[in-house]
Formats: sequence, C-alpha cells, structure tokens
Amino acid sequence: MINSAVPSYETEDIEMRQAYARTLLELAKQNHNIIALEADLMSAISTNKLQNQIPGQLINCGIMEANMMGVAAGLSITGRIPFLHTFAQFATRRAYDQLFVSGAYARLNLKILGSDSGVTAEHNGGTHMAFEDLGLMRLVPKAVVYEASDSTMLIYLLNKIAGEYGIHYIRTMRKAAVKLYEPGEIFEEGKSKVIRDGSDVALMASGIMVAEALKAADLLAEKGFNAAVIDLYSIKPVDDERIVEYAFKTGAIVTAENHNAIGGLGSAVAEVLSEQAPVPLRRIGVKEQFGQVGKTEYLKEVYHLTAGDICRAACELMDGKKPI
Amino acid sequence: MSALIDDLEHFKDQIRLKTLQELNHLGFGHYGGSLSIVEALAVLYGEMLNVNPFNPHAEERDYFILSKGHGGPAYYAALALKGFFPEELLYTLNQNGTSLPSHPDRNLTPGVDMTTGSLGQGLSAAVGVALSHQLSGRSNRTYCIVGDGELNEGQCWEALQFAAHHKLNHLTVLVDDNKKQLDGLTKDIIDPIDFAEKFRAFGFYTLKADGSSVREIYEAIHQGKAQYSQPVAVILDTVKGQGVPYLEAKADNHHIRPNAQDKKAILEAIADLENRLGGEVTV
Repeated sequence: MINSAVPSYETEDIEMRQAYARTLLELAKQNHNIIALEADLMSAISTNKLQNQIPGQLINCGIMEANMMGVAAGLSITGRIPFLHTFAQFATRRAYDQLFVSGAYARLNLKILGSDSGVTAEHNGGTHMAFEDLGLMRLVPKAVVYEASDSTMLIYLLNKIAGEYGIHYIRTMRKAAVKLYEPGEIFEEGKSKVIRDGSDVALMASGIMVAEALKAADLLAEKGFNAAVIDLYSIKPVDDERIVEYAFKTGAIVTAENHNAIGGLGSAVAEVLSEQAPVPLRRIGVKEQFGQVGKTEYLKEVYHLTAGDICRAACELMDGKKPI
Repeated sequence: MSALIDDLEHFKDQIRLKTLQELNHLGFGHYGGSLSIVEALAVLYGEMLNVNPFNPHAEERDYFILSKGHGGPAYYAALALKGFFPEELLYTLNQNGTSLPSHPDRNLTPGVDMTTGSLGQGLSAAVGVALSHQLSGRSNRTYCIVGDGELNEGQCWEALQFAAHHKLNHLTVLVDDNKKQLDGLTKDIIDPIDFAEKFRAFGFYTLKADGSSVREIYEAIHQGKAQYSQPVAVILDTVKGQGVPYLEAKADNHHIRPNAQDKKAILEAIADLENRLGGEVTV
C-alpha cells in the first residue's frame, strides 16, 4: 500500500509529549484500570497538567525507576494497565532486569514510553542519550517494540497497546517531530509504511530518521535515482515481508536510525536480509560512540545521521549494485 | 487462642517435613533460607491469609509474594499442604519440565502470585499490589517475605519509601533476619546494623518477633493489622536452617549438596518430624 500523498518533511507536528499527555488523559478517562506511572519526569512529558484530572490514575513514583517497574508489575497482577514513562535510558538500561523479570518473564502487562530518543536528548548529553534502548528491548522475549515517527503514529500506537496484553515499548522524542501522517492512518504491529515508492534503493528508517530519509530521497532524485522510503516503525516484530519485497525490488537497502547501528533497526533488517534476501546493505547509525551535549541538528552531523550521510551510503551501494 | 497456636505448631512441622522431603528427594537446594521461613509461612497460610485453593482468584483474597524467591521449596510445601496442588508434585521440585522451579513462577505454580528470584524485585511488586487495592478502596492485605541479605538491594529501599509515602497500611513486610547470606554472615558482608531502626526510620509500623515462634509471629502480624496509619514490618529473628539443629550449625548452609554426614542428619530430621506428626502429614 503506497500512500498517494507524499508528506512534506518541512511540516511541524504537535509536540510528542503533548500527544502522549492528551492520549493518556483520554485513555485513563475511558478505562479506570489505566494507571500512569512517572519517575519525577512529569513536567518533561507534560503529564503534570493531568494531576487534577485523573486523580488516583497518575502516580509519581519519584526517582526510582527500578521500583516503578516493580510497582507496575504489581498493579498488573491485579488487572491494572500501567503506562510507565521515563527517559529511554532509564526505562531500559537502568531498570532492565526489573523490566525483564518482573515485567516480561512474569508475563505481565506493561506499557512503557521511553522518551528523549537518542540525539533528541540534546542538552542532557551523554548520560541521558540512549542509543541502545531498541537493542535492549529487542532482546526481551515477546516484547513489542515501536519507534514513533510523528504524533499521529504515537497517538494511534498508545490507543492500540492500551487494549493489548504484554510488554509494549514505544520510543519517542519529546518535542515536535516532522509531521508524516494524517489522522486515520493505521499502524499495525509487524508492519511498516511505504511513504515514498522507488525502485533503485530502499531507505528504511524509524523515528526522526524517516524525515532524513525523505530528504535523502530528494537528494538521490537530483542524481537521477529513484529511492523508496519506508518507515519501519515496528522494530519488533519487524515487517520482514516488506523488507524482502523491497530487497528484491531495489537490490539495495540503506537503514537509518537515531540509535546504535548495532542492535536496533539496522540489525533487525540485516537479520531478515541475510536469511531471506541477501542484498547489499548499509546501516546509518551511531558507531561505537557515546552521547554528548548538543542541538539535534548538530548531533546528527556529529554521528553521521543526516540526509547527506544516507544519500552517500545509497550512492556507494548503487555503485556496486549487482542483480540478485 | 491456644488451640490456634497448637494448629500452627502442627502446620509448621508439616511444612518443615515436606520441605526437607522435597529437597532431600531432589538431592540439593536452598535448605537454609527455606527452613528459616517455615514458621512465617505456617502463620500466613495457616491463619492470616484469606486465600482459597478452590477459588484462587477470589476478588476479596489476600496476596502473598515471596520476594526471597530461593525460599521456594518451603513456599511450595505450604501451598501443597494448603491444597493448591497435589503433594506428589513436590517431588518434581526443580526437575526437568517441572511446575515447581527453584524460584517461584506465577505462571507455573497454582497459588503463586508473583514470579520472584531476582532479589529485591518482589517487594516492589507487593507494593504495587497493595497500591492497586488502596486505589480501589479495598481491604485485601498484601504480605511479603523479604530476606535480610536481599535487603542489600537498593530497590528494596525504594519500595519501602514508596510504601510509606503512600501509607499502604494493608501491606505487611516480614523480614527473614536469619543473619546469613550466600557468602557468609550479613554483619561481615553488609552489616544491617539494626533492621527495626531502619524500618521505623523509613516510616513503617515496625515490630520484632522470634521467627521460630508461631505465637510471636502471629501476635506481631495481628498487632500490625490492628493499626491503620502505616505499612507494617515484622523483623523475624530467625536462624538459617531453622528447626534442624545440625543444619543450623552448618556454616555454609545457603545451598547444600549434602555429603554423607549431612544426608544422615537430614534423614534423622525427617524421621523425627514424621514421628512427631505420627505419620500424618496432610492438613
């Protein structure tokens, strides 16, 4: 299914944190078993404004992520639906064993939002810049892992996972993303969105890198290449059918992620390609580096996460492209 | 009252016997920390917990989480004797494909409320269960046994702060203060200094009890239930390997693969308990 309208990557969306807070409010009002848990980052994700609107359904656990994960597990034992939010590195790195054992291994029902994805952590810098959360979450058996690329998707996914049992992790930035989708779009688990079709190379991206991939497709068009852009928002399960389809269709894949090149989207695509459709692949992602302070645009340059980097990788690939 | 205590004394002997039998059948396991919670389990499952094996998910039931998951063998003995599953199942402990793994699993064992074993985590889950009932205005109680060594874990102290802040007065935490952890004495590894003082400082209504006395455990839990302003902690003065003098005296008694001498002492303890119970081991 190709979208007829190619979205502009210049349009600003509503802030992701506003999308989270508004959706959470609606969900909590609809279902009294939904309990939002925060670890002293309510102001950062805009849920502080909900305190008087959903009393008893919004708990600030304080700066104790491990305990928050366990409290969520306990709430789930009694049939509650906990929605947890903290920055991505605290949700995964810091409380990983709690998430893994008390949440996933115990087969409980946790909805986890990891915010400030990768370089969007900006001035919080290296301690707060998660480039590994998707990799960690991919290793949790049965966990479903998404990266939201705009507010339409985030709102859809939050509503979707509220009604599904199990461990769901959504990675997001907090500020406004580039608007990609109109309300009414459907985002299924294990699927993807072909935002722009093409036959020379397929650019597969998630989160903020979808907009970079769209820019890269324009750069490639200037060079006479017809690039497909695919939003692989479902990191696990990944849309292997689409990956294989475009591997055969284009014979060249470039992945782009605001994450370590190991463990996340690039790895997921590489795993599918190597087993089912071994075509040349380049992975755009953070290579053996930690985070640092800086504006998002600056950090994209530092970590080689720009449209130009994607374009260059695609050109290199197509130079050596062989029919399969 | 004395009839109740007599029943609990009897029940604790049954739990200890079954615990020893299942571990002896397996041939190795966590003897020390299983035996030190036998009396606490006897009071909980013999009297305190509102649980029904024939209606395990009843809305008004109480919850129990064994945060020190390595005490699983004693927990399973109490559950089997209470009727949650056939006693024969105890002899599958930790065997291939068993529903009684070394550490409790809520998805495998009837009556188990939470999967535990990664120390420090069960207490947070117990706090979450208690919070859920408080939010609903329900009176279900949540009980949790936490180990003294387990209290090395920082997460426990997060959970305690949370419980006190939210005044989870239907939560009772029992501390199995058996003075030992895997590598030795708690005072030599991470000295607890004074658990009661710590729990009081953390906002718990804190009591102490002789953890080998079902009467004292019962009275402390009962006293804790009678107040409604704070979560409750009962610091149980216990001995690792409790109730089997030979195992109590054995230095390295956390996880035992019995040698010939150990085996002889364990079989003697089993025989003593069988004699005391007159061959009758069901409730």
